[in-house]
Amino acid sequence: MSQGVAITGMGIISAIGNNVAENFRSLVEGKKGITTISKINTIHKDVIKVGEIGYTNSQLEHILGLTPDNNYSRTGLIGAIAAKEAFANAGIKDINAFKTGLISATSVGGMDMTEKYYYDYLEHETHRRYIASHHAGDSTQKIAEQLGIDKSLVTTISTACSSAANAIMLGARLIKSGQLDRVIVGGSDCMSKFTINGFKTLMILSDTYNTPFDENRKGLNLGEAAAFLVLESDAVVKAENKPVLGYVKGYGNANDAFHQTASSDHGDGATLAMEKALKVAGYTPKDIDYINAHGTATGNNDLSEGRAIIRVFGEEVPDFSSTKAYTGHTLAAAGAIEAVYSILAMQNNVIFPNLNFKTQMKEFNITPQLELKEKELQTVMSNSFGFGGNCSTVIFSKNQ
Amino acid sequence: MKKVYINSIASISPQKTFDSSEFLNEIIIHEDQVVFAVEPVYKDYIPPAAARRMAKGIKMGVVASKMALREAGLEQVDAIITGTGMGCLRDSEKFLSGIIDNNEQFLTPTSFIQSTHNTVGGQIALELQCKGYNFTYVHGSNSFESALMDAKLQLELEEAENILIGGVDELADYTTKLNKIIHHIKDKKTSSHNLLDSKTKGAVFGEGANFFVLSNKKQATAYAEVVSVKIFNTLSESDVAETALSFLKENNLTVEAIDAIVLGRNGDVEFDGFYTKLSLSLFSNTPQICYKHLIGEFNTASPFGIWLASKILKTQNVPNVLKWNEKNTSSYNTILLYNQYRGENHSFIILKSC
Repeated sequence: MSQGVAITGMGIISAIGNNVAENFRSLVEGKKGITTISKINTIHKDVIKVGEIGYTNSQLEHILGLTPDNNYSRTGLIGAIAAKEAFANAGIKDINAFKTGLISATSVGGMDMTEKYYYDYLEHETHRRYIASHHAGDSTQKIAEQLGIDKSLVTTISTACSSAANAIMLGARLIKSGQLDRVIVGGSDCMSKFTINGFKTLMILSDTYNTPFDENRKGLNLGEAAAFLVLESDAVVKAENKPVLGYVKGYGNANDAFHQTASSDHGDGATLAMEKALKVAGYTPKDIDYINAHGTATGNNDLSEGRAIIRVFGEEVPDFSSTKAYTGHTLAAAGAIEAVYSILAMQNNVIFPNLNFKTQMKEFNITPQLELKEKELQTVMSNSFGFGGNCSTVIFSKNQ
Repeated sequence: MKKVYINSIASISPQKTFDSSEFLNEIIIHEDQVVFAVEPVYKDYIPPAAARRMAKGIKMGVVASKMALREAGLEQVDAIITGTGMGCLRDSEKFLSGIIDNNEQFLTPTSFIQSTHNTVGGQIALELQCKGYNFTYVHGSNSFESALMDAKLQLELEEAENILIGGVDELADYTTKLNKIIHHIKDKKTSSHNLLDSKTKGAVFGEGANFFVLSNKKQATAYAEVVSVKIFNTLSESDVAETALSFLKENNLTVEAIDAIVLGRNGDVEFDGFYTKLSLSLFSNTPQICYKHLIGEFNTASPFGIWLASKILKTQNVPNVLKWNEKNTSSYNTILLYNQYRGENHSFIILKSC
């Protein structure tokens, strides 16, 4: 049994950067990655904005050194890029030296290729290799292959927008219980017409830049991204004398049990997730220095989450912000993206601003952090909530 | 660490398994390349209006979960963990073809909402008003096994007392077509009688939902103890026997201690070699049991193996249709299960009578 769950590496690719350093620079400079969509031909392109990764698929394939006959979906491609950065960052040389696993998260899986070739598959043989890479687990298998993780515990979680937070949670539990010594955890979701149209029918896409926690918020921008963390047990950290970026200190998972797509008015599930995470961490609300909120900028989420934060923290709500204005809502990857941002915040003692905010919400008087703020941070709480009532909270700490 | 028990089981499959008092009493012989689940009378479990809104996979999942809860005599659980390899395929197909056929216009959200992989887990939580831990695993043929592993960990560490776990996958027409053109589904119709000996490529595809209540408190209804579960993303054929042996060793068991082995053999000549590695070597003297000729192959077919192993441990009876060899034993106390799909996502599970 390992007491601590150390984070020894991280990697990310998003609309605001192709690696950790680029993401950090954009966060500090207040540079958002929300633009008009360029890589998918959708009739909605003039009425939505998205967070797209700069690279095309062929550029990503080139970076990974894949042969032209590969059948990686974009989810697999960006996932492999981020996971490899995390792996290199953790200085992993001998993968077999410790029991190593991989837990990824995705909601779209290989839908990007399926929607491109759906009817074409029956007519032509050219792209049929992608049929078998449609299912969600395939992207994870590809990432494992890229990392050289074989004969190991590898799995995938799909709990909508809370997926990657759950991957981190499961990874931490497997380290604590001694089932694994080391585990790569995170998530990957690429842009797809499927999700664009899905969210469009739900009428929760903004036609302009998303504005989390703003009274006049109009909805979310979809984003694509992947991020991974390397978690290691105390024993591995000690044996390898590793630098530690932070710890996974607490985690909580609950179900709102209210509605398939909407959060309850008072955020019952969110409240429970935050309370459970505090309990696992052995913290009181006072111990949290910053909350990286889910803050999707939909009318429903921000109200429900804000109320839940007030329920948990009472009069003393710590600094909080949503970074979705930078990246868009990256769905199943969001929990991992924001885990990387939470760790960057702690490492650099800085709180990233909640961009695009203008008007205070009238239902409560808490206001997100609007400017870049330097502050000693020992702990960060990160929230991720999804369809199906899935609510997850992870708490990171600088020290064990 | 606490022991983990299977307190109740429920199966909706291409056989008449939804009546838990029976154990494959009558066998349906399937002839086609895809075999559909035999459905219970849903309105005994869910209001007809609600049932009409649900695609088959959601219905099967929700109803199997209710059957499992009913048998365990529970109205609430501490956690709900589901596994699905392909998710809600019918709604995914419906929404996607809508996007393509109507050039992204005139779409309604219902099929999108129901297409997400966690729909079944979310629906069950909603119906039970269960605010506890809720996870959905989507990792090919290890989707259910991931759920089992997760539940076992929580119960051993006493983080929960009763957990509902299940696996569900549904067939959908267009995906079936796609799997035919890439020959993952057999080119020719094959009868259940000779499927496992067919020596042809591809599998017969099936569908179903298998749900269980796992607990660290053994009830009178209990079927088995879950001793161990281990998953592997890759293994080569030459690794399988060695991996099985070391798995047994980790659990202080020998080959001789295994009273039966349940194999996920599906009649695909390209990949059944993995099972043959075990059936012809280490376990050649062990009673061998196969089931996919009855229910077909799908990412969450393997929990049907757990369902039948649970039945065997409780009833001490093995229906002849499941027997892959002539070996017998006087009593069934310890069963090993092994499964993989197309050479990926292998699992080993040990169940013991309790």
